[in-house]
Amino acid sequence: MQTENYLIRKSSLEKLFNNLIGSGKTVYAPKVKGKLTLFDEVNAFGEIAEDYIVTSNSAKEIVFPRAEKLFSYHKSKEKAEITDAANNTFPDVILWGTRPCDAAAFIPLTDIFNSDLKDIIFNKRKDKVLVLSFSCSRSDDYCFCTSVNSGPGNIAGSDVLFTKLTTGDFLAEVITEKGKSLVDENKDLFEVKSEESKESNLAVVASRFNQEEIQAKLKDLFENPVWDDKSRACLGCGSCSYVCPVCSCFDIQDEAHGNKGIRLRCWDSCGYGLFTLHTSGHNPRNTQGGRWRQRILHKFLYMPNKSKVAGCVGCGRCSRSCPADINILDTLTSL
Amino acid sequence: MSNQNIYIPYLMRIEKITREAPGVKTFRLKFENEEEAEAFSFKAGQFGEYSIMGVGESTFCIASSPTRKGYIECTFRQAGKVTSALSLAEEGDVVGFRGPYGNTFPIDEWKGKNLVFIAGGIALPPMRCVIWNCLDLRENFKDITIVYGAKSVNDLVYKDELAEWRSRPDVKLVTTVDPGGETPDWKGEIGFVPSVLEKTAPSAENTIAIVCGPPIMIKFTFPVLEKLGFTEENIFTTLENRMKCGFGKCGRCNVGEVFVCKDGPVFSYQQLKLLPAEY
Repeated sequence: MQTENYLIRKSSLEKLFNNLIGSGKTVYAPKVKGKLTLFDEVNAFGEIAEDYIVTSNSAKEIVFPRAEKLFSYHKSKEKAEITDAANNTFPDVILWGTRPCDAAAFIPLTDIFNSDLKDIIFNKRKDKVLVLSFSCSRSDDYCFCTSVNSGPGNIAGSDVLFTKLTTGDFLAEVITEKGKSLVDENKDLFEVKSEESKESNLAVVASRFNQEEIQAKLKDLFENPVWDDKSRACLGCGSCSYVCPVCSCFDIQDEAHGNKGIRLRCWDSCGYGLFTLHTSGHNPRNTQGGRWRQRILHKFLYMPNKSKVAGCVGCGRCSRSCPADINILDTLTSL
Repeated sequence: MSNQNIYIPYLMRIEKITREAPGVKTFRLKFENEEEAEAFSFKAGQFGEYSIMGVGESTFCIASSPTRKGYIECTFRQAGKVTSALSLAEEGDVVGFRGPYGNTFPIDEWKGKNLVFIAGGIALPPMRCVIWNCLDLRENFKDITIVYGAKSVNDLVYKDELAEWRSRPDVKLVTTVDPGGETPDWKGEIGFVPSVLEKTAPSAENTIAIVCGPPIMIKFTFPVLEKLGFTEENIFTTLENRMKCGFGKCGRCNVGEVFVCKDGPVFSYQQLKLLPAEY
C-alpha cells in the first residue's frame, strides 16, 4: 500500500500503548535491565526505555526463538506418536520500539525461512507480529545502516514507523495494511497530517562502504590472508550470531524425558568449531579464519547473490557485543 | 505441502536389520502410514534425516533403489550419538525419517552409455542405490563396471550383493582391500582403490564414472580418471557435509555459495572444480 502519514501527539502515544495492552496483546519493547537495554515484555508505558541507540539483543527472537519446539513425541516399544507444534496457537505480539535496522532484518530473515520449503512455525509467529518502529535520532560509531541500503528513518519491514519531531509529537508513517488496521482501531489518536518531514529529525549515519563494491570484491577473496588476520582474536563464542537480527543458522536437538520428549530448532553459530565438524573428525572449516570468512561471505556475497538483500542491516550489534573487540566494519573496510 | 511442518518425520518401522560389517548395519524401513507410503517417491542420489526420538537426527543417503518400491533402506556406521542409538534399535522398532532431500544422479542422461562405479568403504551405500537402479533398467546401459575397496575383507559391505554382482555376466566387479586387510582365502585385489582402478583401466569412451568415497580416495581417484581419458563433465560424485535441516536453512553444509543439501549432494567433477575446498 501507499504509505500514509499521520501525526500522533506525545500524550496519545501512551494511550495507544495502553489500548494495545488493554486489548490483551503481548507487547515487547526495549527495557532497561541493569546495564543493558533489552527487548522484553512490558506491561506499562513507563517501563519502555527512552534513551537507547539499539537494544543489546535483536528482535529476531520474537519470530525465531532461541529454542523453538518443532513437535513433541511419545514413544513406547511398539509405536511412536507425534504432536505437531505448528498446530499450537501463537501469540499476537506487538513489537514496540524496534529500530529501522531491526525491522529491515525481518526481510532477509523471512526470506531464509521461506525459500524453497516454507517453515510454517516461523511464518505463524511472523504473521502475528505488528512491528511498530521508532526512527533513530542518535547513532554511534558502530552503526552503518546507510552502507547496507537502510537508514535511520528507513520504513522497510515496519508496519508503522514513528519519528519524534522537535515538538515532541510523532510523525507516524503507516506502511502496511496491518499498520493501517492499527490506525483504524485507534482513529481518535491519529491526526491526518502529511506535510511534516522526518529527515531533519533523524540521526546522521555516515556511509562507511559501498555494499555493491564489497560484493564484487568478495567474489575473488575466498583465499586471502584477511580472514585469518581479522579473526585472530576471535574466541569462537558466537555472541555476534546471537545478537545479530539476521543470523538464522540453527541446530536441531532432542530433549527427552523418559518416553516423552520434544525436538527443538535452536540457535547456532558459524563461529563455533563444532558447527561443521563431521563425525569422522574431518572439519571443512577447521580454522577461525575460515569461519569468519563464512560469516562475511554469507552475509555480503551469498545472500545478496541469491535474493538481492544482504544478510546485514548495519545495526553494529556484533561489534558492540564482541568480547575480543572484533569489528565487522574493520574487516569490511580493509578488503 | 506448503502448510505442513517440514521438520516432522515420517514414522518408519524397522522391518529388517542386516549386519554388513563391524559397526555397519542396514535398516529396511517401512512407512507406518499407508497414505504416506503411497505418496512417497525419491530418486537415486537423494538423502534423508534418520532419527531416534529423544536422541536426534543423522544424515545419510537412501541406499535402496527407487525401483524397489514399498520400503527404503539406509546403511550406516555406528560413529556418533545418533548412529549409536540407531544401532541399538531392533527389528519392529519405530524410527523417524525426513526426506527425500537433494538433487539426483542424472541417470536418464546416461542411456546408452557405459558406467563405471568406484566406491570406497562405507561410501558404497549411496552408490548401491544408483547401481541397483541401473541394474533394474539394465537394457538402458552398456557395460557396467564396479570397483569397490575397503580397509579389510571384513569391512566390505553388502557381501551378499557383491557375490550376486560377481556372478552376473552383465556386471564386471572388481573388489580390493588395503594391503594387510586381506584374508588367506581372499581372491580379490590388494591395493588402494585409485591404483586398482588404474589397473582395471575401464575405457573412457562413451563412459560415465561415478565416484564415492572418503576425501583422500576421491582426491587420488580423479587424476586416475583423467589419465584414463575421462572428461570432467562425465565424472560424478556425491558430497557429504554436516547437515541438520536438509533443505538449505540451517546454514552449515555450504561449500562456498552452494548448499550440499539443496544444490547437491550430487556434483559433476566439472562443478566441483569451481567450488572452494570447503568439504
